Amino acid sequence: MAIDELEKKLRPPEIHLKPYPPKMIKLANGSIMVVREAKREEVGVLLGTVYPLLGVPKDFYDIVAARMYAEILGWFRYRVANEFVIVGAIDGVIAGIVTSRHVDDKLGMSLHTLTVDRGLRIGAQLFAAKMEHHIDILGEDEVWIVAESPIGFKRWMIEYELEDRSAGFPGIRHELGGVPTYALTRKLWEKHKPNKCTGTRPVPADVLAKADKLKMPNEYVQIPGFKRGK
Amino acid sequence: MAARVGIVGIGHIKFGNLSEYDLVDIMAYTATDALIDAGILEDRRVIDQVFVANMGGGIINHQTGIASALVSRLDLEPTPAELVENGPASGASAVKLGWMAIASGMADVVMVVGGETMRKVTGWLATDFVATLLHPEAEYNMGLTLPSFAGMFTRLYMERYGITERDLALVAVKDHENAAKNKYAHVQEPCTIEAIHDSPDAHVINNYVAEPLRIYSMCPVSDGAATVILVNMDSPKAAKFNKKPIRIAGIGSATDTHCVHNRKDPLVLEAVRLSAERAYAMAGVKPQDISFAELHDPFVILEIAISEEVGFFPRGKSVEAIRRGETRINGRLPINTSGGLKAKGHPVGATGVSQVVELVRQLRGKAEQGRQVKDPHYGMAVNFGGFGNNVVTVICAKE
Repeated sequence: MAIDELEKKLRPPEIHLKPYPPKMIKLANGSIMVVREAKREEVGVLLGTVYPLLGVPKDFYDIVAARMYAEILGWFRYRVANEFVIVGAIDGVIAGIVTSRHVDDKLGMSLHTLTVDRGLRIGAQLFAAKMEHHIDILGEDEVWIVAESPIGFKRWMIEYELEDRSAGFPGIRHELGGVPTYALTRKLWEKHKPNKCTGTRPVPADVLAKADKLKMPNEYVQIPGFKRGK
Repeated sequence: MAARVGIVGIGHIKFGNLSEYDLVDIMAYTATDALIDAGILEDRRVIDQVFVANMGGGIINHQTGIASALVSRLDLEPTPAELVENGPASGASAVKLGWMAIASGMADVVMVVGGETMRKVTGWLATDFVATLLHPEAEYNMGLTLPSFAGMFTRLYMERYGITERDLALVAVKDHENAAKNKYAHVQEPCTIEAIHDSPDAHVINNYVAEPLRIYSMCPVSDGAATVILVNMDSPKAAKFNKKPIRIAGIGSATDTHCVHNRKDPLVLEAVRLSAERAYAMAGVKPQDISFAELHDPFVILEIAISEEVGFFPRGKSVEAIRRGETRINGRLPINTSGGLKAKGHPVGATGVSQVVELVRQLRGKAEQGRQVKDPHYGMAVNFGGFGNNVVTVICAKE
């Protein structure tokens, strides 16, 4: 995209973010998931992965997919400040995606967690990776989080014992809207990290190479009968 | 002499999250499946009696009178129909009542349907609903749930018999291996011992739920239904069916104290032992005659404990067989060939019927490739209600 003067005015100010160091996790079925930061040039494969889930109302996939689609597009088109996208890939095939935003040195704004390959707790691992990036890598003091599905509420609000900040509304208001805002503080993160966050670093070159070129899944358990390209 | 009772029709729906469907719909689905299997879909009024097993329709689905609703859905009126509620052993209890109805001469053909839809509510509510079977003051009001009971039971078992968390994980790996080949199982994803126990990631991938129980030590919350059709093998009506009957050779049941703390030894599952002994006696067989077994394992420790209580292994010794792979499909005594409750799923009212469906499928030699036990003759199912306070054992035989 040519960056003319007007385009420059449309873009938010950016802070250079420390990169998320890749890691690998052995999943229950024995497969290896590489968790790494997505690159801007991978936007096509990311959007292509999310798109089929726009029509899946079960477990609120539709709203999560629609919002994540917009967030990835906003990141690609420089319309969201300091956003990052982390992807989990098994043999290069995208198994899950998380989106989030660095607000400032003290605050992170968790956006969405989308599990594509279900049944292996991939969403839980990617959410933990997102929190790891916010607090351990970017050094934020806390992350604001909302849930749009009961599964998310259980996984984040309950299991991480997030602080309920909804009493502070409208002063405390997550960017995703008026849904109740919860916070993962550094103290809570340190408490739960040992049982929630895992992975091995550095990732061996041959394993990382498999995740170098991301691929869209050909099938989705959420969409029976779906075959990509048909 | 009681009539010989055989199973001539089976039906099963894939267990899982079926929350968009009505409870009676999924029961009717499997009932129809069984009618087709038995070859009497058009001729279904030959059925003299329907028993329906369900534990939580009134609590979870806000629906009662389920047996009447199902009969109507199947266009089977005025066939008599009753609901059987016996906790997680409701399914096998319904099979037992079906057997009794035929053995007593009251009926020649009986349909037994078990079903449950637990995913319409959150996991917490589903856990709470199952916990209503505990003693209201001494257990439930103290905050006990079935997972917490199983956690304490497991801890004691480990301390007394030297069972390790790795042994528990080996049971899960075996169950998932079987479920991965069972098209009706809820969780058709295999797991590896390295990933869920040995790897540095295992403590997070397979996290504690009720220590020492981890997520791979427990069954998922499932919806599902299953149906069997029983017939008096000595009746002229038996000729109507297109499947050779699988005979119910033995049925036994027993109860134990409601409160677990009233038992002399909390690790002794007296009702399991008695129900199995009664079933063996009726069938005229011994533990060593059993070719394979479906054992009620919502928590993997129960597969271990039940396998010892029914006499397959000396107490505390089953893990040696597990470590040697003897309970796998090609082992000396395959256990939970369906994947068990652990991986096939545990829609409570359906479970006992589903176990019997698996016995029939194996004894017919019709299990999926890689899951078929070699030349089985006797299959045994143990359906366990409460924390062992109401247990039903069924032994089926290939004629």
